[in-house]
Amino acid sequence: MKMLWRSAATTALALGVAAIFGPASPATAETPQYGDELRLVVGSKIPSYDAHIESTFGMIHPIRPFYSLLIRVNPDNPSSPTDFVCDVCEGDVPKATDGGTKYTFKIRKDVKFHDGTPLTAHDVKATFDKIAFPPEGIASNRQAYFKTVESISAPDDYTVVFKLKNPSGTFLPSVAMPYNFLYAKKDLDAHGYTWHQKNINGSGAFRFVEHVPGSHVKGVKNENYHHKGMPYLDGFTAISAPKMSVRLQAIRGGQADIEFRGFPPKARDDLVKALGDAITVQESDWNCVLIVTPNHKVKPMDDVRVRKALSLAIDREGGSKYLSRIAIVKTVGGVVFPGHPLAATEAELSQLAGYGKDVEANRAEAKRLLKEAGHENLKITLHNRGVDQPYKVVGTWLIDQWKKIGVQADQWVQPTTPFYATLRKQKDFTISLDFNCQSIVNPIADISKFLPGAGNNYAEFQDEQLLKWYDELLAEGDEAKQRAIIRKYEKRVLDELASQFITLWWYKINPHRSYVKGWKIAPSHYLNQALDNIWIDQAEKKRQLGG
Amino acid sequence: MYGYIVKRLLMLLPTLIGAAILVFLLLRLVPGDICLIKFGGEGAYADPEQIRQCQVSLGLENPIYVQFWDYMKGFFVLDLGTSMWTGKDVTYEIGVRFELSLQVAIMATLTSIVIAIPLGVISAAKQNTMVDYVVRGFSIAGIAMPSFWLGILMILGLLIGTQEFMGRPWMPPISFKSIFDDPAHNISQLIWPALATGYRYSAVATRMTRSAMLEVLGEDYIRTARAKGLIEKVIVNKHALKNAMLPVVTIIGIEFAFLMGGLVVTEQVFNLNGLGKLFVESVTQSDYTLTQALVMLVVTIFVFMNFVVDVLYAWLDPRIRYS
Repeated sequence: MKMLWRSAATTALALGVAAIFGPASPATAETPQYGDELRLVVGSKIPSYDAHIESTFGMIHPIRPFYSLLIRVNPDNPSSPTDFVCDVCEGDVPKATDGGTKYTFKIRKDVKFHDGTPLTAHDVKATFDKIAFPPEGIASNRQAYFKTVESISAPDDYTVVFKLKNPSGTFLPSVAMPYNFLYAKKDLDAHGYTWHQKNINGSGAFRFVEHVPGSHVKGVKNENYHHKGMPYLDGFTAISAPKMSVRLQAIRGGQADIEFRGFPPKARDDLVKALGDAITVQESDWNCVLIVTPNHKVKPMDDVRVRKALSLAIDREGGSKYLSRIAIVKTVGGVVFPGHPLAATEAELSQLAGYGKDVEANRAEAKRLLKEAGHENLKITLHNRGVDQPYKVVGTWLIDQWKKIGVQADQWVQPTTPFYATLRKQKDFTISLDFNCQSIVNPIADISKFLPGAGNNYAEFQDEQLLKWYDELLAEGDEAKQRAIIRKYEKRVLDELASQFITLWWYKINPHRSYVKGWKIAPSHYLNQALDNIWIDQAEKKRQLGG
Repeated sequence: MYGYIVKRLLMLLPTLIGAAILVFLLLRLVPGDICLIKFGGEGAYADPEQIRQCQVSLGLENPIYVQFWDYMKGFFVLDLGTSMWTGKDVTYEIGVRFELSLQVAIMATLTSIVIAIPLGVISAAKQNTMVDYVVRGFSIAGIAMPSFWLGILMILGLLIGTQEFMGRPWMPPISFKSIFDDPAHNISQLIWPALATGYRYSAVATRMTRSAMLEVLGEDYIRTARAKGLIEKVIVNKHALKNAMLPVVTIIGIEFAFLMGGLVVTEQVFNLNGLGKLFVESVTQSDYTLTQALVMLVVTIFVFMNFVVDVLYAWLDPRIRYS
């Protein structure tokens, strides 16, 4: 009741002020304020500080604010999968020259590492040499993304040139990946290629203060940051909180302002119900997808009719509508992130097995295929990862979907480590859930997940056609032609072979305190984490938390 | 007595060596590879060459006997090594968490003692009265209610209660500050887990105090004291309590040792960066060096607490003599 009076009084006061002074201009309402600190909660651990070898948001969220990139996803338009802007380069992101095989980046002259050393083209070259051509014995997790790079050179202190072997649609998205932290050449030369695993010297918006393992990472404003006027915050603290309920209650109880990975729908609803206008919710399609992976070497998954029947049984539209109320999945799509120009349209998708709008007809066809294959009373075990969201929820839903075509399925749930040991080493599964989760939306690179023989494809099959089309795709610079090849590739994977099949793409939900301003949700929990564009509405924060 | 103490201290060494051997062997039987977890645990593509390099750098490709020899050498010179996950000294990793765990254990123990001993004594002195029934109900509820669940209730209660009565929700801080740096922050964070665990702990101790007191109050020397006309307060506090404390001291000692590394779920609920959380992380990450060091720490605390309890026994009951 007190809250009701309070919000009524606040609304009346606001209306009164608005009536006296007239409507505030949007510019006034959203003018960033300087000062204060952002408190974010992070649900995973920091294995090392070296983004060149790590793949976890547990490292990106607390450490990315200390570093710059060469180019990045536009922080003002992060939901666009194709909008990249310069970070330490000058002007616009360069267009390819020399028939699409040469990219020349001009480096800004006002960028400094936190130790005071100016950042030059030589640092950029040394960084990308480490990523693309690491010395013997030095790991680089994203080396494969730069296979198309022939050489990197720095003809002068402020010019970097990438020469490619062939035109490539994957190059710019690969450069913009948030893992490509720029390191100082002198650090690499003096301390070696593993120094950055335990030490931080970046040129990002914040300077490193401390990391208390298992507790928090703290950063303070970099006064020499090259994007003038930013950052707005005086600092940030990334608090480690492995348990989701703690992260949720921390935002509710005012101990934290935001969590960047995303909450399930129920958590969002609870927060909104408890805090009302003190919570802002941003939602987005998410560049992660759950994939059903049959083991083609195990009967009856060696039979395409069985695989196709299992895909036909899935009501993706219905799942999108109902499952999205309880799980972090929502969007119906093919092998490419649904928001990208290279993704299939609804009409194109509807031509593929399991995407037709008539669910009953799909299931009738599934039953026919099972009967034809001699598996009318099929029993299978779905291998799944012991993580609630969205694995176990989607796994349970799949079992129900398969029941509708007479297939009896149960789940074999394993913790993450033995789950991946089963997929990668033992391979003693019949059918499993797996996922593909990327940072930058980079369809050409991402669909390698479906490539037979790829290190992360656990379906155990071979197909010359898919390999041929993928090679063609890598050498093709024209987007329209890329699109046509991907359509053929997609139909082969999801329909003709049903070698693996897509369930639903994930859906990202970020409720945060409404005094956190400036941050925009991206289609990945790895993106837009420099924190340089975030500011705190301090009056609103005081209203909500006091102090 | 002094001879006994020295002898007991010397006996700690073979116990610790046995535990060290056992933990080394058991850890190698548990499936899991830290390099696979580090580079592919979240489903990322794990480059086999990268995995191999990681295994070589951590010495995991060495034969078991070589690993064992390296481990035991470190054990004897008190070099616990570096964490395989973070590369930092194990002593540093443990040190960061030790202060918090020790403080929670001490606060929970104090909470327990403050609650358990008076309640147990009153309950025994007022046996089969309404007071006794209330105390027994209180302690049974404490045993039945897991401390992590009580912790969740406390947090939700604080959130809902403060929202209702103060207009804005409040919960305990989720990041640790040392009591020496910020006492108010420190206490407002740790008092709640200490109360949650201290209540369960006190429930056990209350029942133990009550039954020990009942037993002692039935002894001949107590009857003699009563026959001499001593007042009940003096009989209970001066003659019965000290003897009744023997089993209670055992419980307190063992529970304290348990709290140092065993508050796994409670630490998760209150987001405490303690040894329990580190223990779980080190095991799930297959971080052998860290797990071995943590097990040895907990074993040492247990062995030491047993030793302290034995010495306290002798002090509390002069009839107890050790050869």
